[in-house]
Amino acid sequence: MSDLAISTVFLRRRGFATFIGRNRRIALGGGVILFMILAAAAAPLYAGNPNIMNPMVRLEAPSATHWFGTDALGRDVFARTVYGAQISLAIGLSVAVLAVGLGMLIGLPAGYYRRFDALVMRVMDGLMSIPSILLAIALVALTHGGVPIVIVAILLPEMPREVRLVRAIVLSVRERPFVEAAIAGGARTRKVLLRHILPSTFAPLTVQGTYVCASAILVEAALSFLGAGVPPSIPTWGNMIASSQLYLGLAPWTMFFPGVALAVLVLAVNLLGDGLRDHLDPRLARSL
Amino acid sequence: MAAYITRRLLSTIVVMLLVGVFVFMLLHIAPGDPAAIIAGDNATPAEIASIRQQLGLADPLSVQFVRWFWDLLHGNFGRSIFYETPVITLIGQRLPATLSLTALTIAFAVILAVASGVIAAWRAGGWLDGFLMGFAALGFSTPVFVVGYFLIYFFAIRLRWLPVQGYVPLSHGLWPWLSHLILPTVALGLAYVALIARITRASMLEVLAEDYIRTARAKGASTEAILFRHALKNAGVPIVTVIGIGVALLISGVVITETVFNIPGVGRLAVSAITNRDYPIIQGVMVIFSGAYVIINLLVDISYTLIDPRVRY
Repeated sequence: MSDLAISTVFLRRRGFATFIGRNRRIALGGGVILFMILAAAAAPLYAGNPNIMNPMVRLEAPSATHWFGTDALGRDVFARTVYGAQISLAIGLSVAVLAVGLGMLIGLPAGYYRRFDALVMRVMDGLMSIPSILLAIALVALTHGGVPIVIVAILLPEMPREVRLVRAIVLSVRERPFVEAAIAGGARTRKVLLRHILPSTFAPLTVQGTYVCASAILVEAALSFLGAGVPPSIPTWGNMIASSQLYLGLAPWTMFFPGVALAVLVLAVNLLGDGLRDHLDPRLARSL
Repeated sequence: MAAYITRRLLSTIVVMLLVGVFVFMLLHIAPGDPAAIIAGDNATPAEIASIRQQLGLADPLSVQFVRWFWDLLHGNFGRSIFYETPVITLIGQRLPATLSLTALTIAFAVILAVASGVIAAWRAGGWLDGFLMGFAALGFSTPVFVVGYFLIYFFAIRLRWLPVQGYVPLSHGLWPWLSHLILPTVALGLAYVALIARITRASMLEVLAEDYIRTARAKGASTEAILFRHALKNAGVPIVTVIGIGVALLISGVVITETVFNIPGVGRLAVSAITNRDYPIIQGVMVIFSGAYVIINLLVDISYTLIDPRVRY
């Protein structure tokens, strides 16, 4: 893994245009994500009300008044698709940030202290062995849901991967001469960990964080689809698809638009991740 | 080797014990009285008391755990609250459908993924590589249920080539069984194919740069012989590893695929148990699926020495 902290890599580039030219995947993935964030944040300004039911216009095909058509309750699919992005993005980003944070918090000492390591790694192995969807639905069902619970339920099975990544980096970096020099120079353990070892984890964790974000968006959609996600009053791509399954033959647009939005967002996040990986770690880029 | 397997077995047992603790604790971490949670919102105090009695919830937690785990080791997964039937019987009834789906998916996915990974690596940088890897990126990003409904819409509703939903046991004939499983297999397998194909390509690229590949080419070995006999064999360890790790993806996917395609399998049993708050079933399915994942990955670790004699423990 690369030792370079991201900031230095970005700063070394000559200009933004050169950066974009060389990293088309980062530009494309990042651009789509940015567009979706803006579209979701500005939704109240243009999208209309996603929850207004109008029995007069049930299951209407896309038209000038309803760009994406209407669903079985006469709600505007365009408004619901735009508002659905809010939940996907909010949960994807919060799970990614929390997973990376917890990964550092647990992985750093685990890689440094042998005894703590043995215990933590077995617990992580155990967490990883439980099917994530089942663990999440069980948690949500038992606690009566809500957005924070959904975040915890997705975070719990995602986190072990970050912990393992940080631990693996710490294990390899701690043997490097500059860390040995710091220890020999009398630096305290805290300082060795935070100043000398931690920066090596930034680049790989950023890459891994994007993958966690993609996976969290998929799990959230799956939970909403199974009816074990955020409350059904909040429009999400998952519950839109679930509620349109009966009308698939009759009104495919009720499923098409949220489905495509979901796939495009996850693809963009994965693309950003692949681009960042190749950019931050050229050695790995050659092999992948 | 024997020492390694022993050590690996011991750590597997520790992991399964921890899985047991998680699954057991889940009900007790949740706020409120577990018996009341299971009984649901409209339960009378008498119903709650009877559930508490049935699950032995009055005893200390440690006693409950030891008793539950001991029963588990003896194949006793408890009784379903909703069906009033032993959980193991319910899981047993639904296992054939789930096993059919997963076995078919693994076979389909591994063959397709390894083939496309090898071709992509062979033609690295070309349009075929770009096409295959673009397809892999898309497959990895599209959720199982979106792919599933897409397939149902085109191949079942529009073209009417295949049945929309449901499951027919193998005993009713090969084609009825297979025709109901084709769409679910493709939907479930797509992400798995993408994952394995990407790793296969990466691992193959690394091996194809080795000296012995140049030697093989120089002595006039055919392209197929170089790709499959010389390269693939040496690229095997990462591929087998990701096949094992990807089983986790597959298990989560099974739960959704069975719901989309209305297949009466173990995954759908768990989903309906969650709606019914049938906790013994949820616990049982979680333990079974986790156990399958852990055992498959144990076998993967042991298989390294068979694939690559250079790997020693």
